[in-house]
Amino acid sequence: MSTATSKSLKEKANQVMGVNLKDAKLAKSYMAVAFIALLLGGILGLLQGFERAGLIQLPYWFNYYQVLTAHGLLLVVVLTAFFTIGYFYAGLSHCLGGLLPKVRKMAWIGFWMKIVGLVIAIIPVLLNKASVMYTFYPPLAAAPSFYIGLALIVLGIWVCAFGAFINVASWRKVNKGKHLPIFAFFATAVFILLFFGSIGVTIEVLILIAWSFGWIPTVNVMVSRTLFWAFGHTLVNIWYLTAVSAWYVVVPKIIGGRRFSDALTRIVIILLVIMNIPGGFHHQIVDPGMSQALKFLHVFMSLSISFPSLMTAFAMFYVFERTGRKLGGKGLFGWLRKLPWGDVRFLAPMIAMIAFIPAGAGGIAQTTNQLNQVVHNTMWVVGHFHLTVGTSVILTFFGISYWLIPHISNRVLTPRMNKVGVIQTIIWTIGMLFMSGSMHAVGLLGSPRRTSYSTYGDNATALGWDPYLIFVAVGGTFLIIGVLIQVFAVFHMMFFAPKGVTEFPIADPEVPVEKTPMWTERWGLWIVIMLVVISMGYVIPLVELIVNAPPGSPPFKTW
Amino acid sequence: MKFSKHEEIWLTISVGMLVLFMVIVGYQTFALGMGPPSNKETLDPQKVDQTAPFDNPGVFEVGPNEYEVVMVLQVFSFTPNNIEIPKGATVHFTMTSKDVVHGFQVAGTNLNAMVMPGYIQKITQKFDKPGEYLVLCNEYCGAGHQMMSTTITVK
Ligand code: HEM
Ligand SMILES: [Cu+2]
Ligand SMILES: [Cu+2]
Repeated sequence: MSTATSKSLKEKANQVMGVNLKDAKLAKSYMAVAFIALLLGGILGLLQGFERAGLIQLPYWFNYYQVLTAHGLLLVVVLTAFFTIGYFYAGLSHCLGGLLPKVRKMAWIGFWMKIVGLVIAIIPVLLNKASVMYTFYPPLAAAPSFYIGLALIVLGIWVCAFGAFINVASWRKVNKGKHLPIFAFFATAVFILLFFGSIGVTIEVLILIAWSFGWIPTVNVMVSRTLFWAFGHTLVNIWYLTAVSAWYVVVPKIIGGRRFSDALTRIVIILLVIMNIPGGFHHQIVDPGMSQALKFLHVFMSLSISFPSLMTAFAMFYVFERTGRKLGGKGLFGWLRKLPWGDVRFLAPMIAMIAFIPAGAGGIAQTTNQLNQVVHNTMWVVGHFHLTVGTSVILTFFGISYWLIPHISNRVLTPRMNKVGVIQTIIWTIGMLFMSGSMHAVGLLGSPRRTSYSTYGDNATALGWDPYLIFVAVGGTFLIIGVLIQVFAVFHMMFFAPKGVTEFPIADPEVPVEKTPMWTERWGLWIVIMLVVISMGYVIPLVELIVNAPPGSPPFKTW
Repeated sequence: MKFSKHEEIWLTISVGMLVLFMVIVGYQTFALGMGPPSNKETLDPQKVDQTAPFDNPGVFEVGPNEYEVVMVLQVFSFTPNNIEIPKGATVHFTMTSKDVVHGFQVAGTNLNAMVMPGYIQKITQKFDKPGEYLVLCNEYCGAGHQMMSTTITVK
């Protein structure tokens, strides 16, 4: 009991005195890497946009496919992983009363494992020995060091996941009978998904290491692909859940409101954990080797993930309307005008949420089998994920940066920097409207993804895509300006903004406070159910793909 | 922990829409035969040239205005290429890859399938509109991926 009170005293002290300096240094390092990755990845994205529009031609020593492999890795692995881990570790430190020294050390070990892994993986990409995209589908075979680097990155992420579990478990031991703070609840969910979602791909990568060294002659390409997407899709939802955590927990505080129902929030999180991983099959709808019945089952698996998202959509607008009315908004839509549109910490995540409406609708459309056939592997898909991850997730991350970076740096967000942020958000939105919009359109006309500029021998159909592709370059130009402003803002807030205390904004629960059922805390049970759902989704197809496997494929280097 | 009235309405309507989606997809797949390409036959990817029917790729008439195209994909070409078929023909494509993963997409149609080494992929399309259709590989397959294309001419 005495430890419990001293602990909560420490928590209070923490809240008053601001951030734990050692934990802040950790979070700052993660954030710095994330935004450097944004800068590098953004520059590569611009090159791709210009190349696809036919405006420039990339040289043979730094060709389109090298650039695209690096763009994918930097943005969807490095940026998101480092941001997510830095953000949740900062939040765990804040709401669990500081990281345990052991856990902080684990987070640093994980940090360096990921950095070393990244360097080992990116060198062969730069040497044109690993132009295999971030999906590295065999039998395209990269240099072994590419896979070794990826394995190290995943192991580094696992170390961080276990660090988070240890910290949460220790808090729960001291605070028996209490609910895990909502932010830590989100963090637990994300780290569970990161760990369980990446087991399959780790097995794949280990096999590919042996295969690329020539220790095993052939590899099962369909199994590899399936294991990859079990991870790839989960990763998408990890970013999403990270963004959603800010929507539920942080945004209400920023607009001066309260959180949505605590119990329903926790249920959304649990549902997203349980139902997530089998969704990966919607990346394989036009693959051979799987029956139509199985694919139909997986339409269900994918669509069911939209249920918690629909609950989220309701929750957000509920909070906005309630807060807007409390602030004096009248009439059917008057509350909208009362929201703090000039505050980047609200504007950026708000546009992110709005972007998720068409993004989610597009996702539902393309996960249904027949419609997938229309857009699979076309530029439509590239438009789709620049809207989901490139806008909904990334703009939320940007919005977070305007309070998180000052918080961990013991500095403040000045009104001028806020204005910079608002301009950045608008530029990003315009850029993505152009880029993602034209990508969607040209994809419907048939333009393929992952393809450098080509007229296919002046084919009339292909020439008809060119006007749309110009708009990809136009959007990319806006976006690179957005990237530069954002990176400037992050490092300015980290090192040069005026000193001061910035709070970690966590909204209070709705009043009257209703009791959240204790069963929501049964993480062991949720993991078991998650594993059952994963087995329902994967055991049959994987066994089939292994038992009925054709002879495997030897490695190919076709670039 | 109760849903509010409005949330119940919202969730009921949207779940209803999702269920409707499922019903339509299921009906199209199982009643109308419009399901995605999902053939499960396999072969040895290192012996494609010796394995029927891929030892003899080409366009074969299999019925009245009905054709089978036996096609091999390899870096960075389709065999056979520059296919010609009459207007209104129903064409069954039977495909495999000799090396890496390729995509088979025909712009302006719903033909879109992954072609993997070791697997025989099948997909069917009726060509009602005359014209020249662009066939392209839509899965990155190497340095010449952007050149991997051919045409189907319908007259
Ligand atoms: C300056 C901003 C950006 C520009 C101009 C840009 C542009 C592009 C272009 C032109 C492509 C290639 C299309 C193709 O040939 O398939 C691409 C691919 C991609 N982009 Fe971006 N992008 C930007 C930012 C982002 C961000 C912020 C993310 C995610 C966080 C992102 C994630 C991706 C991914 C995952 C791919 C696919 C890579 C692959 O197919 O292997 N991009 N981007
Ligand atoms: Cu997915
Ligand atoms: Cu290709």
